[in-house]
Amino acid sequence: MSSLIRYISRPHPITGVTNAKLGTWCFLASEVMLFGALFSAYILLRTGASSWPRGSELLSVPLATFNTLVLITSSVTMVMAWASLMMKDLSKYKRYMGFTILLALTFLVVKGFEYGHKFEHHHFPSTSTFYAIYFTLTGLHGLHVLGGVIVNTYFLLPGSKLWETEPEQFTGRIECAGLYWHFVDLVWIFLFPVLYLL
Amino acid sequence: MEHATPEAIKRHVKVYISVFVALAFLTVVTVIVSYLKLSLVYAIIVALSIATIKGSLVAAYFMHLISEKKIIFWVLVLTLVFFLALLITPALTGLEIRSYVS
Repeated sequence: MSSLIRYISRPHPITGVTNAKLGTWCFLASEVMLFGALFSAYILLRTGASSWPRGSELLSVPLATFNTLVLITSSVTMVMAWASLMMKDLSKYKRYMGFTILLALTFLVVKGFEYGHKFEHHHFPSTSTFYAIYFTLTGLHGLHVLGGVIVNTYFLLPGSKLWETEPEQFTGRIECAGLYWHFVDLVWIFLFPVLYLL
Repeated sequence: MEHATPEAIKRHVKVYISVFVALAFLTVVTVIVSYLKLSLVYAIIVALSIATIKGSLVAAYFMHLISEKKIIFWVLVLTLVFFLALLITPALTGLEIRSYVS
């Protein structure tokens, strides 16, 4: 594989970064545009609406605060997983990666609980413009969390075999998975005040 | 970052913990401020300022942007230009869309 795609574990002489990292950042750039379009839609819908509820009147701020802390913690465990590989400690990496996945699942369970509560009270995306954009933004973000769980679980279990043969490449993969995961955290850092507090 | 020594990584770990404490603290601050019932304009300014600080901390330290190569910055500058165009363009044509919403 390394003969097919060059500079995946060593920096490219021109760019100074691995192609894997540059590719990941380009992917994240496209993600900025995806969420940017939805944030733009949110601003337009809110400024255009005759009345708009404060998020705290309809949504649970304590649950979302808890989830924010969960996601921030998972970002730390993710970067610690990468740091463990940089210190050549695979078992520590597995522990931190395991924690990251558990925290991500906790986030999804809490989000599911929030959704369930809304559906019980017959609040659906079709109920109002606020709920439409709320479900769209948090739903898309939730799918990103789920995607992160799948990728990270792969890197925890079968994917970690690469460590034995290509440790540098594996560390690079975890750094890229980390970049994605921190981006998911970053999006939530903005979603939380915009949807729940304002 | 690719060739950082174990000692350098240990120093990084201390920074990660400090950033985590700062992020948790700012999360609590933004929630407390939201209970103060500020006017919407002030609430938006405070909440988005805190979110920007938190986002910058994540990008700078967890995503290593503070020590990243120039090419990554150029990708991000280009993204920022398009992102701002995305936010500003609909606002300029907002009047027509407003009639559909209300």
